[in-house]
Amino acid sequence: MNDFPTWKVWMLTALLVVGVLLAIPSLLTDAQREQIPDFLPQPSINLGLDLSGGVHILLEAQTEEFEDQRLQTMSDRIEDSMEDDGPLIEIGSLSRSGGEVSFTVRDEAQLDDAMERVRALTQPVGFTGERDFSVENEDSLQIVVRPTETGTAEAVNTAVETATEVVRARIDELGTREPTIIRQGSERIVVQVPGLDSPESLMSLLGRTASLEFRMVNYDADPNMALACQAPIGSEALPYANQQETAGCVIVQRRVMVSGDQLVNAQQGFDQRTGEVTVNLTFDGPGGRAFGRVTQENVGRPFAIILDGEVLSAPNINEPILGGNAQITGSFSVQSANELAIALRSGRLPVELAVIEDRTVGAEIGEEGVRLGGLAGMIATVAVMTFMFITYGRFGIYSNIALALNLFLILAIMAMLDATLTLPGIAGFVLTVGAAVDANVLINERIREEQRRGRKIIDAVQTGYKEASRAIFDANITNFIGGALMFSFGSGPVRGFAVVLVVGIITSVFTAVTITRMMVSVWIKNKRPKELVI
Amino acid sequence: MRLLKLVPDTTNIQFLKFRNIAIIFSIILTVASITLTATRGLNFGVDFAGGQMIQATFADDLEAPVTELREDIAALGIEGASIQRFGDENQVSIRMRVTEGANDDPALANEVSTRVTQMMQAEYEGVRIDSVDSVSGKVSDELFRAGALALGLAMIAIALYIWLRFEWQFGVGALFALFHDVALTFGFFALTQLEFNLNIVAALLTIIGYSLNDTIVVYDRIRENLRKYRKMEIVPLLDLSVNETLARTVMTSLTMAIALVVLIWIGPDLLFGFTTAMLLGIFVGTYSSVYMAAPILIWLKVGPDTFVPEETGGEQKIHKEGYGR
Repeated sequence: MNDFPTWKVWMLTALLVVGVLLAIPSLLTDAQREQIPDFLPQPSINLGLDLSGGVHILLEAQTEEFEDQRLQTMSDRIEDSMEDDGPLIEIGSLSRSGGEVSFTVRDEAQLDDAMERVRALTQPVGFTGERDFSVENEDSLQIVVRPTETGTAEAVNTAVETATEVVRARIDELGTREPTIIRQGSERIVVQVPGLDSPESLMSLLGRTASLEFRMVNYDADPNMALACQAPIGSEALPYANQQETAGCVIVQRRVMVSGDQLVNAQQGFDQRTGEVTVNLTFDGPGGRAFGRVTQENVGRPFAIILDGEVLSAPNINEPILGGNAQITGSFSVQSANELAIALRSGRLPVELAVIEDRTVGAEIGEEGVRLGGLAGMIATVAVMTFMFITYGRFGIYSNIALALNLFLILAIMAMLDATLTLPGIAGFVLTVGAAVDANVLINERIREEQRRGRKIIDAVQTGYKEASRAIFDANITNFIGGALMFSFGSGPVRGFAVVLVVGIITSVFTAVTITRMMVSVWIKNKRPKELVI
Repeated sequence: MRLLKLVPDTTNIQFLKFRNIAIIFSIILTVASITLTATRGLNFGVDFAGGQMIQATFADDLEAPVTELREDIAALGIEGASIQRFGDENQVSIRMRVTEGANDDPALANEVSTRVTQMMQAEYEGVRIDSVDSVSGKVSDELFRAGALALGLAMIAIALYIWLRFEWQFGVGALFALFHDVALTFGFFALTQLEFNLNIVAALLTIIGYSLNDTIVVYDRIRENLRKYRKMEIVPLLDLSVNETLARTVMTSLTMAIALVVLIWIGPDLLFGFTTAMLLGIFVGTYSSVYMAAPILIWLKVGPDTFVPEETGGEQKIHKEGYGR
């Protein structure tokens, strides 16, 4: 058996030593890990939320509403453009239905001009010269504006991208430990916050669009319309945020005086006179000036503070609000004011996000999982090792050493891949223990068999390894196929299981075949045994 | 030192003598499993059915007040909640199906679990909410489809691989054996009404993998023996192959079973369904590799000539790919 020259033995040993060293940080506690000098690599395995406790939330962009809004904005801009961009173009029957905006031009002579103005409102998307909206003249005087597929996809993409950043900013403000925020597919965002026990505040923070607007109240409107939540043209009837206290709606002008986009800061605070909890706002230059101008012109009249389409309050303007600072109240608690301030600071969500999956695991149950899973793993390993030893003797010891090395290597590789260990992952570990010995069982049984057939020691060992390897190879490849498919199609815990399985297949073939073989050949070379007890 | 030998060297059991009885038995079991799954259905967890699941532990060693809890939840106006004790005496799982309205409005669905957890924390002193899962109908449908896809693809990919490495008859045989194992596992879950969730899909895929381990070990030996004993009849040859690998089969199944029994006995309750499925899979998988995968080769007319065309090229290729040298 010359297949393991000394250099190869040293190389494999070095590899195993490195593997074991890389696995050690994962087995230490946080405090112990601190003690490792910085020049040493210290990868450690991540615990999944089911083991560490925490909140996993899957958010989905509400694209239907988003597309609706986009169409509404287009329709508003068309209206403005016909009035403001040059000579007035009179239009009629402006409607937004069936996913398109359509209107008619009163004067046929202005048709081309109108088309031109609408085209100017569209944006090019991609490299093909396509635009985000198509503008067509249908039915003589009617112009139809439709969002193009590419345009919509691009808009959703940008909105979700921005939303991901907003979500990240909001969670960072919460100051939690190592949150993970990943965009998934075109419309989803995964948020994982370890060690967080109550998901409610997180969800209310993430689900909030935080679209803040200041608009003038339409004080000319009929109070009965307000009660019935109907609005005259150019105005909008919005409900109160606190429905129980006030019935009906507030009729506000469509035009936005100042919006949350013009904020530079938002802080929770207290009103010095009344002691009420407030949110203090600071506007940027243009925002502050606009706020000052409008309030100066409207002293004595009410304006509405609107958050996510609901009216927080509609106070009278007692004096012009100059200097760019404002204070809003709305029966806040300290916590809710703080949440609102965070949401406002981190910006408006360009698209509404809904929580479509939410999994919360308490920290205690996670610890219990690690403890019980670890214990089960250890007992299983000891039981299997004992069994291997009494069945195969020396060869069993080799298998057991390989098995232990295998566990270290899985940990090391997972730590280096930055993979996550989940509860089913622990089960994966236990299974790998059971399965890793299969290769050795196959080999050892084959060696027994070859010996029975009268082969000499070296010959029996060599043939045993060679013949068994074929089945080991085929069996592991098929398992690998299963594991890989599980990884690509599975989600959450299933993936956690698949990672351990796939990594375990690779390391177990290496340790159970190559490493045991090395040990056997070194033993045979040094001791030149006269008989083989197996 | 005398070493343990679970299977004596001289073992020669005529397994294939019972192949007709076994196949009838298998067919009955498979059909029964499919029928049971179709009629009784699986007890889908929130992963696949959508809805909410709350798991909670009540204060020290008190028996969980299931009846009271049921009334309290009904008082919140939540209908059709199922409350079960699981694991220890003081642990419960509360499951609420997704309602029609909540399917379209995820916020409403989340509100339900929030209300229940808040009620529990207010009403029951020392209760610990262990986990809250809330999965909307949309996500659960996707998870179900993804799970079924992974399962189907894995089976097809595996059968293709075996066809490539062996012969088509072996691919078909392995596929039948796999189908048998999967059907029986489904039947088991339909019968016991243990919760069928994402973890169980992982268990199923693993069962497929390990059942295949057995099948491949037997097939590998059949292939070897077909080349070695050109004159031997197929039935004794299959028996010989099964017997030659029997020691390994028993040993491996035993070590796997040890690991799983430990996990069932001591591991977290959350893994109970998963590990039970795996343990069942070990037995069913071993059985099917002897009584499904092997006899099919007889019916598909596998004989000494099956591997002749590839004897030179194929053999070399195999050795190149193998590990041993």
